[in-house]
Amino acid sequence: MDSATSDLTGTRPPLHSTAANGLKIVIVGGFGVGKTTMVRSVSDIRPLNTEETMTRAGEGVDDTTNVESKTTTTIAFDFGRISLNDTTVLYLFGAPGQERFWFLWDRLFTGTLGAVVLVDTRRLVDSWYAIDRLEQHGMPFIVARNDFGGPHYSAEEVREALDLSEDVPLIECDARSRESSKEVLITLVNHLYRLSSSARENAP
Amino acid sequence: MKRPGRDEDPDRLYTVTGGRSRSNSDAFDLVTLVVSESQPTPGMQSEHASILRICSSPTAVVEIASDLNLPVSIVRILLGDLHAAGRITARHPRTTATAADRLPDPEILKQVLVGLRNL
Ligand SMILES: Nc1nc2c(ncn2[C@@H]2O[C@H](COP(=O)(O)OP(=O)(O)OP(=O)(O)O)[C@@H](O)[C@H]2O)c(=O)[nH]1
Ligand SMILES: [Mg+2]
Repeated sequence: MDSATSDLTGTRPPLHSTAANGLKIVIVGGFGVGKTTMVRSVSDIRPLNTEETMTRAGEGVDDTTNVESKTTTTIAFDFGRISLNDTTVLYLFGAPGQERFWFLWDRLFTGTLGAVVLVDTRRLVDSWYAIDRLEQHGMPFIVARNDFGGPHYSAEEVREALDLSEDVPLIECDARSRESSKEVLITLVNHLYRLSSSARENAP
Repeated sequence: MKRPGRDEDPDRLYTVTGGRSRSNSDAFDLVTLVVSESQPTPGMQSEHASILRICSSPTAVVEIASDLNLPVSIVRILLGDLHAAGRITARHPRTTATAADRLPDPEILKQVLVGLRNL
């Protein structure tokens, strides 16, 4: 790579020249729950970050200028990537699950294979909103609970607190561990595979 | 990791895109892989030239946005320009077997599983 390019791309290794299919998986969760840590654990590259902005017409009209007020929403998210083979690259996004993020979901995450909701059992409430929205979007997901050493809750207790349906996998993980984070992704993709192949069998 | 603080000066974004705020380039997914088909030329807008350099190997839209420190929507506009001029090609993601499918193609998911297990 020439130096003008590496100034821009840092030390990120280039993808294979035959890379042709980018896939997306999103890890959502409350603040500090370990999203970036999980991306870093499995990514081929150091996590990068970027942002998207959206301007929406505001509710009211600005009294002083009589101009409709506009609000600009900025959402920052980070991502990493895993080259699966010569043609397929999986991108992992760590995204905050708070309300304003979901305004940008369609624009950014249409076509996402599935999502991991990362939860901290000390703050389960933080993930309610994300779970609601994923269900509304019809986006398949699993729940992974990151162990921060809080009180131990049984899987049943966590399911109950999240009002999680029986068919949504719930697993424990340590986002700092590559093996454990890999297992989370495999659990998600296995779940997607089951959903997708049974949808086919039931298709007319 | 890069500094998360961004230059959010709207004037800069206005300049970069020549005042356009909307693009018909929704075709560029976050993970569409972009490949340059030509070298930067003298006098070319610097963001366009940077994109051509970055995409000498396939690079996702979101990586370009991160490298240029620009919001994704601005990068989509810039890519639309380069694409219209035939200076880049785009390799769009394929996740479903048919356009009507809501869930990803099991064959693609199988590939992902194999790839993840081999990590
Ligand atoms: N004990 C424990 N700590 C963890 C685990 N995963 C992450 N951490 C730590 O938790 C802190 C927050 O992790 P991040 O990965 O930055 O969390 P995040 O969700 O990206 O945070 P924001 O982007 O700020 O919302 C870091 O200090 C991590 O080292 C885990 O599985 N167990
Ligand atoms: Mg983070």
